Amino acid sequence: MIDYLWIVIALPLGAALFNHFLGHRLGEPRSAVPAVLSVAGSFGYAAVAARDFFVSATAAEEAVTVVHLFDWIPGLGAGAELLWDPLSATMTLGVTGVGALIHLYSAGYMHGDPRFSRFFTYLNLFIASMLILVLANNFALLFVGWELVGLCSYLLISFWYTRPSAAAAGKKAFVVNRIGDFGFMVALMIIFLTFGTLSYTEVLHNPGAVMGAGTATAVGLLLLVGAAGKSAQLPLHVWLPDAMEGPTPVSALIHAATMVTAGVYLVARCGAIFALSEIAGGVVATVGAATALLAATIAIAQRDIKRVLAYSTISQLGYMFMAVGVAGYVAGLFHLLTHAVFKALLFLGAGSVIHAMRDEQDMNRMGGLRAKMPFTHATMLIATLSIAGIPPLAGFWSKDEILAVLFYKGGYFLVLWGVGLVTALLTAFYMARQYFLVFTGPARWEEGANPHESPRIMTAPLVILGALTLVIGFVNTPFRLGLEHFLEPVFHGVPVAHAPEDGLLLTSLALVSVGAGLVGIFIAYLVYYRSADQVRERLLGRVRRPLMAFEHGYWIDDVYGNLIVKPGRRLAEWSADWVDQRVIDGLVNGLGGLVRHLGELLRPLQSGFVRAYGSLLTIGALVVVAWMVIRGL
Amino acid sequence: MVEMVVFILMGAVALAGALGVVMARNPVYGAMGLMATLFALAVFYVVHLAHFVAVVQVIVYAGAVITLFLFVIMFVGVDRAESLTEKLSLQRPAALIILVGVVVLTGALVVTDRFDWVISTAEPAQVVGSIEEIGENLISVGSSDVRQASRWLLPFEATSLLLVVAAVGAISLAFYRPRRSEEETGTSDSDTGSNR
Amino acid sequence: MIVTPGWYMTLAAVLFLIGSGGLLLRNNALIMFMSIELMLNAVNLTFVAASRAHGDIGGQMAVLFVLVVAAAEVAVGLAIIVSIFRLRRTASVDELAELRG
Repeated sequence: MIDYLWIVIALPLGAALFNHFLGHRLGEPRSAVPAVLSVAGSFGYAAVAARDFFVSATAAEEAVTVVHLFDWIPGLGAGAELLWDPLSATMTLGVTGVGALIHLYSAGYMHGDPRFSRFFTYLNLFIASMLILVLANNFALLFVGWELVGLCSYLLISFWYTRPSAAAAGKKAFVVNRIGDFGFMVALMIIFLTFGTLSYTEVLHNPGAVMGAGTATAVGLLLLVGAAGKSAQLPLHVWLPDAMEGPTPVSALIHAATMVTAGVYLVARCGAIFALSEIAGGVVATVGAATALLAATIAIAQRDIKRVLAYSTISQLGYMFMAVGVAGYVAGLFHLLTHAVFKALLFLGAGSVIHAMRDEQDMNRMGGLRAKMPFTHATMLIATLSIAGIPPLAGFWSKDEILAVLFYKGGYFLVLWGVGLVTALLTAFYMARQYFLVFTGPARWEEGANPHESPRIMTAPLVILGALTLVIGFVNTPFRLGLEHFLEPVFHGVPVAHAPEDGLLLTSLALVSVGAGLVGIFIAYLVYYRSADQVRERLLGRVRRPLMAFEHGYWIDDVYGNLIVKPGRRLAEWSADWVDQRVIDGLVNGLGGLVRHLGELLRPLQSGFVRAYGSLLTIGALVVVAWMVIRGL
Repeated sequence: MVEMVVFILMGAVALAGALGVVMARNPVYGAMGLMATLFALAVFYVVHLAHFVAVVQVIVYAGAVITLFLFVIMFVGVDRAESLTEKLSLQRPAALIILVGVVVLTGALVVTDRFDWVISTAEPAQVVGSIEEIGENLISVGSSDVRQASRWLLPFEATSLLLVVAAVGAISLAFYRPRRSEEETGTSDSDTGSNR
Repeated sequence: MIVTPGWYMTLAAVLFLIGSGGLLLRNNALIMFMSIELMLNAVNLTFVAASRAHGDIGGQMAVLFVLVVAAAEVAVGLAIIVSIFRLRRTASVDELAELRG
């Protein structure tokens, strides 16, 4: 069973190839069938393959397997090997599970698109790439998956490539990711120089024996650069909000649930390396905290329903980075899992709303949709409460565990805990704001918009994800640490930070964070539900300046544009206009001119008269003879 | 003593023939002079015990090549006497200077003893260029010393290829007819065809 | 007085000189060709003479190859002359300067 693990990757890959070559012949509804079934099949296969991990700790220990497919780059210690352990199993199940639901949803959402089958080609290719990323047993194969998901992300963001904004967003995502990849590649080189191999089996098994703290810090920080690029952390977060130009299922799958968590997965996977360096972990946590707070404030002032969710994603990823930065890998992965579910739900719900509003994304033109879209409304409400941290929903358990881990760590990390708490308040506020703006209040849409509930194929995944949001938090509660035990074999020998076991402390921490969430929701309720329009205008007018900053994302894009893009463009123009025209062309033209002048000089020799040539030939022979006379034979 | 007599006689014939080639107005006389020179050289070859080379010299050169020359001379026209007026103004003085240079430099080569090793008169082992000896050198594969035996094999095969190429080239040149008018009508036909 | 190889060399040198003079001074393509043959034969004579002086059969082998190449050259060269004559009705090389640069 485990030996054929490659089937998990091969199924979506095969479906992608199938749809690539034959999809347009199958036509619209039918080409979605192999796409959805292949991902669901992968999920089923992975679930069966992972059954040993559920039995007991010892059985799980033995069930960790390396599946060797074939030799790939022996020099790098990189075979085509898949690692099947609870961590990769968790990621695989998350990717394929959420992925299958989103595929199903896409079949409804992409209805009528002329490139319907091509969309599923890309989606399936993405699933296969992401599985390569999480199942790889060495950094080289991981990097292949890493780049492939980047490619799929690019293809899907600019799926509607006729829109200039979508094409630009795709390019931006790709370029920003390249910056992160640079750091990642340097990290890989250092790892290879240190260990002489890129295989997890050798690198991650007690790296302290070979690697000093300094090297570990360098590797950790460089890995963070790569992870920050992929997971949209400060300062490389700018691509994710623009990535909302893609179709909404893409945002749900790639830019919320799966791909952006690759950075978290990478840090968790390299836990053994981060364990060697306090500094690297601290930097990861700090970057996460800064990102969480910054993105949450930006999300407050967004008008676009998807941009709110985009910044919310960045903020929640910041939470995960905080957790893995303090070695709270279980907490981080737990939040990764729950976030995948409820953020996918939020995006799909938003997609449903956008679909109903005929591609309107401005929340100021929505309102009063509760009655029109009962399923969407109910599931969105669950997800909103979940991300706001209201028990007993998924977000409460995972976010609370992260905050508890941070608090328990103490010292400097108490500051990060405070940041996390403020972020929790802000999160609750902006999510509630979104809920109130979209679903309650008077209808602000234009005449004739006629919003309606989405078809069943779209609401079914919403309902399933909503149900999951209700229950998935219980896989790892302080009362029953299911996920923690499940992941134990992975972090064998790596110190993992845990939440305190003191029940009173835990309860009070939970109360504080729930309180923060409730306060956030209450403020949003006051401002966006209870207040009359004029009152709200006046209230918001008082904080106009900070709101401006939030709305424009602190003008980070403009700063990058002025500091990096513009000088770069100027340099390119200078190169094109001056260096290329004068220097390069000058060299080439000069060379041509030189040859031509030489030719003009030698032209008279070519008189066309045979006897003149004969004379020259004889003179040449005489020169040789003269040489012989002077220098000998 | 005998050799000296032969040398003087045949040397005189060779020089006379050579001068005849260069100075004859009528190419037919030139060809005759060339034939005389070639015969004289064949005699020298015999004197040097290069029997096979001498035979080939007579058969190939004096026989085939001269005959070919005569054919072409007849084809081109015997009566077309060449105008001896020089058209290239610089050619004659330049040629004279070059020829003087040849004489001077060759003399210098001898005077400076750069040439000694070629004409050293130490008594060497005599080689007889009999047909067996030549054949042995060209294609003896039965010899025990394979490298020595096949020393001339590659040039031999290469020249055979060269001969084939030359034969094909000569034949195709002979078949070549410049048909300018027909070609022009052909191109105009295809032009109109493409326009249509 | 014995006839040394040097005598033959001198004779060959004179023949070569005459040949090159014919090549440079005559403008009839056929005569020029014969001059070239003359020069080739002068060289052949030096080869054979050296072959005897050194007791090495290699000189005679070289002569054989020169003969073959010369025969090939004559075949092609004469074919070219005939072609040119058909086209231009002349055998004078001075009227053929199409390749002037």
